[in-house]
Amino acid sequence: MPSSAEPIPAARVQFLLDGAVVALDAVAPDRTVLQVLREDLGRVGTKEGCAEGDCGACTVVMVEATAQGELLQKSVNACIQFAATLDGKALVTVESLTACARSDSPGLALTDRKSALHPVQQAMVDCHGSQCGFCTPGFVMSLFALYRNCAAPSHAQINDALAGNLCRCTGYRPIIDAARAMYALGQDGPPATSHWLLPSAASAPSLRDAASQPVAEQLAALQRTEAVVFEGGGRRFFRPRTLDELAQLRFNHPDARLLAGGTDVGLWVTKQHRDLGDLIYLGAVEGLDEIVLSANGLRIGAAATLEAARPALNDVHPELGELYRRFASLPVRNAGTLVGNLANGSPIGDSMPALIALGAELTLRQGVSTRVVALESFYLGYMKNAMQRGEFIQSVWIPRPASGVRFSAYKISKRFDQDISAVSAGFAISLHEGIVSEARLAFGGMDAIARRAPAAEQALLGAPFDTRAIEAAVNALALDFKPIDDMRASARYRMAVAQNLLRKCLIETAQEVHLRLSEMDARLAQ
Amino acid sequence: MNNADCTSPVDCNVVGESITHDSAHLHVTGEARYTDDIPELRGTVHAALGLSSQAHARIVTRDLAAVRAAPGVVAVFTAADVPGVNDCAPVIHDDPILAEGSVQYVGQPIFMVVATTVDQARRAVRLAKTEYQPLPALLDYDAAIAAESFILPGVTLARGACADALADAPLRLSGRIGIGGQEQFYLEGQIAYAVPREDGTMLVYSSTQHPTEGQTKIAAALGVSANAVVVECRRMGGGFGGKESQATLPACAAAVAALHLARPVKLRYDRDDDFLITGKRHDFRADYSVGYDAEGHLLGVDLTLASRCGFSVDLSRAVNDRAVLHADNAYFLPAVRVSSLRLKTHMQSATAFRGFGGPQGMLAIEAVIDDVARALALDPLEVRRRNFYGTGERAVTHYGQTVEDFILPDLVDELADFSDYASRRLQIREWNRSSAWTKRGIALTPLKFGIAFTASFMNQGSALINVYTDGSVSVNHGGTEMGQGLYTKVAQVVAEVFKIDVSHIRVAATNTGKVPNTSPTAASSGTDINAHAAQIAALTLRERLAGVAAQSFGVDSAAVQLVAGELRAAGRSMSFAEAARLAHMNRVPLSATGFYRTPKIGYDPETLIGRPFHYFSYGAAVSEVAVDVLTGESRLLRVDALHDVGHSINPAIDRGQVEGGFVQGLGWLTTEELVWDRSGRLRTHAPSTYKIPVASDVPEHFDVRLYERGRNIEDTVHRSKAVGEPPLMLPISAFLAIKDAISAVADYRLAVSLDAPATAERILAAIDVQRAGTV
Repeated sequence: MPSSAEPIPAARVQFLLDGAVVALDAVAPDRTVLQVLREDLGRVGTKEGCAEGDCGACTVVMVEATAQGELLQKSVNACIQFAATLDGKALVTVESLTACARSDSPGLALTDRKSALHPVQQAMVDCHGSQCGFCTPGFVMSLFALYRNCAAPSHAQINDALAGNLCRCTGYRPIIDAARAMYALGQDGPPATSHWLLPSAASAPSLRDAASQPVAEQLAALQRTEAVVFEGGGRRFFRPRTLDELAQLRFNHPDARLLAGGTDVGLWVTKQHRDLGDLIYLGAVEGLDEIVLSANGLRIGAAATLEAARPALNDVHPELGELYRRFASLPVRNAGTLVGNLANGSPIGDSMPALIALGAELTLRQGVSTRVVALESFYLGYMKNAMQRGEFIQSVWIPRPASGVRFSAYKISKRFDQDISAVSAGFAISLHEGIVSEARLAFGGMDAIARRAPAAEQALLGAPFDTRAIEAAVNALALDFKPIDDMRASARYRMAVAQNLLRKCLIETAQEVHLRLSEMDARLAQ
Repeated sequence: MNNADCTSPVDCNVVGESITHDSAHLHVTGEARYTDDIPELRGTVHAALGLSSQAHARIVTRDLAAVRAAPGVVAVFTAADVPGVNDCAPVIHDDPILAEGSVQYVGQPIFMVVATTVDQARRAVRLAKTEYQPLPALLDYDAAIAAESFILPGVTLARGACADALADAPLRLSGRIGIGGQEQFYLEGQIAYAVPREDGTMLVYSSTQHPTEGQTKIAAALGVSANAVVVECRRMGGGFGGKESQATLPACAAAVAALHLARPVKLRYDRDDDFLITGKRHDFRADYSVGYDAEGHLLGVDLTLASRCGFSVDLSRAVNDRAVLHADNAYFLPAVRVSSLRLKTHMQSATAFRGFGGPQGMLAIEAVIDDVARALALDPLEVRRRNFYGTGERAVTHYGQTVEDFILPDLVDELADFSDYASRRLQIREWNRSSAWTKRGIALTPLKFGIAFTASFMNQGSALINVYTDGSVSVNHGGTEMGQGLYTKVAQVVAEVFKIDVSHIRVAATNTGKVPNTSPTAASSGTDINAHAAQIAALTLRERLAGVAAQSFGVDSAAVQLVAGELRAAGRSMSFAEAARLAHMNRVPLSATGFYRTPKIGYDPETLIGRPFHYFSYGAAVSEVAVDVLTGESRLLRVDALHDVGHSINPAIDRGQVEGGFVQGLGWLTTEELVWDRSGRLRTHAPSTYKIPVASDVPEHFDVRLYERGRNIEDTVHRSKAVGEPPLMLPISAFLAIKDAISAVADYRLAVSLDAPATAERILAAIDVQRAGTV
């Protein structure tokens, strides 16, 4: 690929905060949104609880305009989000809600700080949703995102919206009450104000409501059409806008690190204090966030977030939908990308076993050329993959399981929500007239990479899918893997549960039931 | 002067109301200031601690040159730089602020870096090169017991002829239960911000449950007198016992650096350091032998409670004493022997955590009851009832204190009734017959928890109340606010005395300069001692104001009534503010202190015999679970709980404590697993690896009620009862429900052995034992 001019340096990262443009001068590429808020802007309402995106005390809402002019409002973890990724977006923090609630009567705040709260805040007060209060701003922001995005959430949806927020005091019940009460407050609240953050999804179902229009216009004015590079702390943050620009940057700067959602890379900074070097940001590349669902399968671009891809994944197979609902937490899914999870290639990543079982393929690009690699061939060893210098993953292709293919996905972890699996598994078993014609059994957490289980697969092939075959596969699995002991599980448990997941798959297939504890409430209600 | 101590809701205006937490509006707006949110003074620098990588070793050499040369580094300090006493221990002098010569656990602080920014300090600290000479490290129970490695002498508490009772009993069983520790996981990590002031004095903002201990230890570390140090804490982002003794180290370290540099120094542990440095709940190993009869009566119980205390004494004596004192829970044990082994191990020094040994002792005896019931194929609830404390000699605990208000039979009946326990138990057993791969279980467990510090001298509280001439009231007391609503309750109690609206009362930051020589906010005692002290101070002031009004009205002061913000007598009235103004004009002081000491308590701390507790709190819960027979995963399906808080000062806050305590205890018993590797390194040191409950772990049916008939028979403030710790033990019901579900795998025919926490791995192992037994 011929090298061409480098992106033009942009003076400053610019984003909207409470209606005003904030410009960050020479911000280091690895400086986090939380550091900028607390240390540079003095907005200390947002807290650090863990600096790894697991506790949610730092939850803020990031707003971006879609091509259609709608405002996407997503909860994210400020502690692992790099500030440079805010360019062209709006940021909403807990202080923003207070400011909007007081926008009608600014003087009131000086004398009566208990009045004029945002409906989400008021609901938390009314329901006794805070005790020590340290996690509360994060909960308020997760609830706020729910309030804006979902009109009438179910109990499960509320739990899901809060899965990324830890509270050590309340036991959650009053917070869940607040999640219900906030909508009513929103309706009865002071009607005079027209602040765009006040109405809920229930009262303003369209994200293009009139109140949001000025914000959308302000955001439009911040958009850049050209590739830029931010420089700070001796490091560069490349922000290409087109696929070709990305390809060229990657080619010219093969040592620069690719950054998509940053939900793992962020921890290299906050937990390991690593020097990341230069970064190439995928999040502004037009078209790279494509999610194309077709009759044969699903193509997901490298910049598509997990949450954006979730409905399409669910369409490919409900088992995938459930797997990705349990993937980390909503704020992590709002930032993190499916391709990022695949590129990272952790042996305990949630995506790989299921997608390997389905026969997913990666499209890799280097300069102007592309190639397709089966996901199962992509991983070469612990955190090593088949990507070449200057190459990047452009997209992943997930074929729909053919008719006659029984697909299931499992994730075993200490905690049901927002946990890293001890063992995960994806099984795609093709049956023709009761005989197994193909078996793709893939496991995570059992080896240095997620991979298939050849001996167990062989044991199933050509046999009826029955107890005998499964027991043969169970025995063979012990030849396929030598798992390790660690803090998530012992080797012994890993093997035992992996074997039992094969049995479970057979039972679920034979009895046409879905034996999952998460569905117990529904089962008992029947 | 009547109705000062209104004991029923009818008499009270403010006490008994579910008013919101005094900081709720600040929490939700992010305006509540935690220590890290206090605007930094000019020149503030940031510290980070360098930690030991070895469990037990001598430090041979330490090369800090690269640390000193790192960007932004202002100074590096070691133990030699502590001008006074290098110690931050709560009881005996065995916790160095910075280790000298040798290290005793992975994570022990050995030096401190101060840099311009937090990030620079944390990066610099990693550049140290330390050479260690390893020494033998004791990490597990058997090794420590074999080496007779005890941090404290053992204690045995016995009543009756236990060995004879066991020998004579018609039936006997024995068993062992491992009980895991627990990280406090306060959302706000440990932090202190030390601000040097003139003439060698120091102000330290510290996130601490024990400001006085901070003050004392800082003064000793700096080599100054206590009056040169002020410790202040407006609020903590959670404490749970983890900031009782563990907050002192960062406070001392920050103060030492601030003294040297003459600059404000902030020391905030990041989450991983917090896990590595600080102590956790003690893990325990309980071995039991029990003799019983065919009806399930416990005739003799022999229990050995061993705990890994870590490298130093810290609060381990009181924690282990409390475990021994709760090994009866709600049951009369006619012949009993409880032995307590306090093991020294090369780990973080185990410390206070909500319940403070009580939960471990209680879980041990509940495991005994569960085993007996399963062996007899009886409903465990029936066995519990048969062993409940009774009257006469059956009301006397193994430590000699009489249980005077044993309300559990009534409370448990009410709970069993509204939770539909009996019929659900039968339905679940029926359901399990046709469900091969999913099993459900149910259990109802009661709790009785003793209230008072077992260190009897700590049972004292102090308060200072200032009334201003506009009628507003400022309250200081010795307790600290960690989210439990103490400030709110204190304000309610004071408002009740003055009969004014609670909005006129501001409880100010806890400050050792305002109220001195305080006890830690711990042992559930915060309200009992501090609200009581505030009430006494308020009564003094009310007396004075009534005198002023009486003089003005020309009546006897006994005739003055306080009603709805006014002082009234003889058809005349004046507002509370007018009375305050008049008092000032008449040169009557508007400031008063109050002091409270808990009555009646007293016992022998060596034998543990006597009356350690002022009174008991009670509660009970029913939990229903499901387990996956193939994976060992479990899920809590339904919880009903009934808890006794006496006459509640604030039902919303009390319910919050019960619910929050339940979920915290649920984590302890299910998903929260601390894992140390063979080199003594804690491998679960952040929320990515240490899993506390999230919203979806709490069932939609989570019906928590306060026991309406609850009244404290002791003269506590408004006849309330402590509520902080006891609810943590309610989810023992969830743990035993899991055992019940496991038991269904072999149709309830076999004993179930299960350690806590009941992770999927442990549950699957227990299920496999059941399945092997059925073949």
